[in-house]
Amino acid sequence: MREITYRQALNEALAEEMERDPTVFIMGEDVAIYGGAYGVTRGLYERFGEERVRDSAISEVAIVGAGLGAAITGMRPVTEIMYVDFIPLCMGQLNNQVAKIRYMFGGKTKVPLVIRTEGGAGRSLGAHHSQSLESWFIHIPGIKVVMPSVPYDAKGLLKSSIREDNPILFIEHKILYNTKGEVPEEDYTLPIGVADVKREGEDVTVIAYSQMLLFALQAAEELGKEGISAEVIDPRTLLPLDIDTITNSVKKTNRAIIVEEDCKTGGTGAEIGMQIMENAFDYLDSPVVRVAGADVPMPKSSALEELAIPSKEGIIEAVRKLVG
Amino acid sequence: MIEISHDDALYYLKQMMQIRQFEDKIMDLLSQNIAQGGSHLYAGEEAIAVGTIAAIRPDDYIVSTHRGHGHSIAKGGKLPELMAEILGKATGVCKGKGGSLHLADVSTGNLGANGIVGGGMGIGTGAGLSIKMRKTDQVMLCFFGDGALNLGIFHECLNMAAVWKLPVVYICENNLYGMSVSVKRACAVQDLTKRALAYDMPSQSVDGMDVLAVNEAASHWVEYARGGKGPSLLICNAYRYYGHSRSDPRNYRTKEEEQEWHDRDPIKAFSQRCVKENILSQPEVETLEQEVAAEIEQAVKFAIDSPWPQPEELYEDVYA
Repeated sequence: MREITYRQALNEALAEEMERDPTVFIMGEDVAIYGGAYGVTRGLYERFGEERVRDSAISEVAIVGAGLGAAITGMRPVTEIMYVDFIPLCMGQLNNQVAKIRYMFGGKTKVPLVIRTEGGAGRSLGAHHSQSLESWFIHIPGIKVVMPSVPYDAKGLLKSSIREDNPILFIEHKILYNTKGEVPEEDYTLPIGVADVKREGEDVTVIAYSQMLLFALQAAEELGKEGISAEVIDPRTLLPLDIDTITNSVKKTNRAIIVEEDCKTGGTGAEIGMQIMENAFDYLDSPVVRVAGADVPMPKSSALEELAIPSKEGIIEAVRKLVG
Repeated sequence: MIEISHDDALYYLKQMMQIRQFEDKIMDLLSQNIAQGGSHLYAGEEAIAVGTIAAIRPDDYIVSTHRGHGHSIAKGGKLPELMAEILGKATGVCKGKGGSLHLADVSTGNLGANGIVGGGMGIGTGAGLSIKMRKTDQVMLCFFGDGALNLGIFHECLNMAAVWKLPVVYICENNLYGMSVSVKRACAVQDLTKRALAYDMPSQSVDGMDVLAVNEAASHWVEYARGGKGPSLLICNAYRYYGHSRSDPRNYRTKEEEQEWHDRDPIKAFSQRCVKENILSQPEVETLEQEVAAEIEQAVKFAIDSPWPQPEELYEDVYA
């Protein structure tokens, strides 16, 4: 099968869905002529025109707010917020308007809105361009939070997100854009809210998403050489969480480690870990372990940035300790 | 002389009376603890909702504010369903999940009241964008209060609408106070129409106690938007008779000021003018008032007699 980058996979998903449905359009900062800060929308302005690929002013509130207004009146907007660090600027729109409007209206409207953004560390960009804020968003009933790690998932899940009648926060990772993977030529979608077992194993369940999935797979490879068999699960969607796939694995391995790039305290791992406790406590041979980001604003210096997020070595060490 | 047909006059007067009596009744229900929670009442500002919404078609959109009962009534909301919603009943227009702050009915083009000041301005702007992209000739009336003027969303949305020439009439209901802080103390620029200059957008200020003046101004800007000329800012100056909410002591304004505005009451002024100019008769006005009172009583009875939502409805409608 052909291999393409995560960026190309996303770009194809956008182009195919815009081709398929005339109500799909793109709106955000620098998405048209520039092609997106990370190049995901490159070529779409030339192909679909300025009506459907809209450069907006630097107005995060208006981008998300107007996206919502358009979504409930017959359009399928795909908005882009350049960095997840900028979502706090429009958090009121996301939390108070986008997520709640259907419920507040007694179910009398649908919100087919996608908010694409990207987050994460690894480019030495400092505290305003490197955060992992997903745990904030899984606390918002009414939206779904999708975080793909590989090109195949990125394409299939973005296409599903655009076809979905619920608001989707689609969080990409800046380090993943140039990573490559197999993606079929033909049209396909992937279900939102379904985890994927990326590597089968017997001794320990490692749950990891986005960039951390790559680290976890590298760690599992090395652990395999030592005779430790790790099963690696990518939730792919954090809200709703496919806890069944995770607990089925834990029931087999009896041990669980969650790898997350976000800050440890109040992070996504806390939620996943607690759900494992609620669903598979009797199967656990030891407490659930978190390998997580440090509770600090992201430092600029790459020497410190590396230390602020989990590493392959850190995962290996945690697994050895848990299994040994 | 005023130029208005008998039927139109009756329609305006009926809607304004419906809103006034609806709000007065809710104040009663709040006092008796039959209505729970909060309600921000529109009494005194009726001419704005009625005058502006009379200028649009049924397929046009509105988006409203936390003081939104008047807009919902003027946009064709059914009084029993609205009253039931405010009481949190299953028969409410939002099945009891929205309440006073979230009255909405997308099927009638009412994209909702909003619990956040300025919160609906993005929705209004986006509906305008949707209209433009779908190439219909609909129009959006985007309501907000003077309190929203100093929020970032005001700037972001008016700028976006102006850049993209969206068919939105931004209607600022200036009732002089954002809760307790007066426009004088909150806004650096006192002539609020000047706020549109930053967006090269036309703007007009109108007496929001005069339903015909409001309608005339709104009709102009609605046709301007429908004709593809872009957004406008209409400032409607009026007064809320009640406090911001039930617990408001109104210590930031004087009894004299309140009386001055009551003396210009939009319903009395309009009905007296219609009677004086023989468009309506005094008995007609009195009969209408009684008919509306009966409608409100029926709506209250419907709401009180309606069932509460069932427990299983808690988890319904979070997702489509």
